[in-house]
Amino acid sequence: MNIIWLILMCASIIIAVCTGRVDELTKAMFDAGKLAIEVSLYLLGIVAIWLGITKILEDGGLVHSVAHLFRPVITRLFKTIPHDHPSISSITLNLLANFFGLGNAATPLGIKAMQDLQTINKTPDTVSDEMMLFLVVNTASIQLIPFTAIGILASFGAANPSAVVLPTIVATAVSAVVAVLILLAFRKVIK
Amino acid sequence: MTHSLSVASAYIIPIFIMGAVVYGFFKKVPVYDSFINGAKDGFSVILNIFPYLLAIFVAVKSFQASGAFDLIGRFGGTTLTAWGVPPELITLFLIKPLSGSASLAIFSDIVKNTGPESLASLIGAVIVGSAETTFYVLAVYLGAVNIKKTRYLVPVCLTADIVGMIIAIIVVRLLYS
Repeated sequence: MNIIWLILMCASIIIAVCTGRVDELTKAMFDAGKLAIEVSLYLLGIVAIWLGITKILEDGGLVHSVAHLFRPVITRLFKTIPHDHPSISSITLNLLANFFGLGNAATPLGIKAMQDLQTINKTPDTVSDEMMLFLVVNTASIQLIPFTAIGILASFGAANPSAVVLPTIVATAVSAVVAVLILLAFRKVIK
Repeated sequence: MTHSLSVASAYIIPIFIMGAVVYGFFKKVPVYDSFINGAKDGFSVILNIFPYLLAIFVAVKSFQASGAFDLIGRFGGTTLTAWGVPPELITLFLIKPLSGSASLAIFSDIVKNTGPESLASLIGAVIVGSAETTFYVLAVYLGAVNIKKTRYLVPVCLTADIVGMIIAIIVVRLLYS
C-alpha cells in the first residue's frame, strides 16, 4: 500500500505539472478531504444502525444459530475459523447482503465480519489469511441483479436493459472463483 | 422481472429489521438497550476508517485531476482496438478499482456516446455490475480493524480485477456475437 500510494501521489503531481493542471490538482486534493468526511458521516449512520440491529440478534442468540446453519458452507472455504465462531455468521450475512444488492447493509456487516475475524488474528496489525480470503470473495461479490447498471442502460433508452443480468451473473461467478484461485496461487508462491 | 425483483429487494431490509426486533423481544432481549450498545461502536469504527479513506480519496482525486487518465487512455485505447475491444472502455478499466462514483459517470458517458445497445455499453454494464471498488473496500474494511500491513493482498486484488475485466469481455462476446 505504501508503494502504491507513493506512486499515485508522485505521478499525479508530476503529470499535473506537465499538463498544466496544478490548480485543479490542489483543488482536487482538498475536495478529497471534504469527500472523505461526507462518506465517513454517511457510513457512520448506517454502520451504527446495523451494528445496533446485529447486537439485538447476537444477544438473542441468533448469530450462533446462523453460524451453526452455515458452518458447513463457510468452513469449507475458511478452513481455519473455529467452530461456532461469530465471524461465520457475519461473513454469511455480508455475502447474502451483497448477493441481493443491499449495498448499505453489506458494508456494515462486512465491517462486523472484519472485527470478528480480528479476534482470531494472531498479529493485529497485519492482515490474516482469513481476512484476505474474505476481502477477495467480497470484492468479487456475486450479485443477483445489477440494479445500477440496468438503471443507467434504461435511462438511455435500452430496449431490454435486463439483458445484462445473465452475463453479469456468469462473469461475477467465474471471476469470484478465479479470484480465490489467484489468492491461493499467491499464497503458495510466497510461502 | 427485474422490476418485481427490485421491489422485492426494497422490502428485504425493513422486513429484516422488524424481524430482528420481534425476534429479540421473544428471546427476552432488552432490544432498546442492545441496539444502543451495538450502535455505540459505530463511532470508534468510523474514527478508525476515516484516515484510510482520506488517504485513498486524496490519491485518487489527485490522479484524476492531473489528467493522467487522458494520457493513459490515448495510448491504451489503440492497444484495445488492436484486440477487438472498444477503445472507449480503457478509462473505465483504469478507474473501476479506484472510484465507484467516477466509474458510474464514465459508464453513463459511454452509454450516451455509443448507445445503450453497443458492445462497449454491454461490457461496461457487466464491469460496473460485477465488481466492487477495490481500493474503497480495502480502505474501509482494513481501516475498521486498523490493519496496516497488507502482505500480498493488494497485488492479489489488482490481479483479480484485471482478470475479472477480461472475463467480462469474454462473456459478453460469447453471449452476444
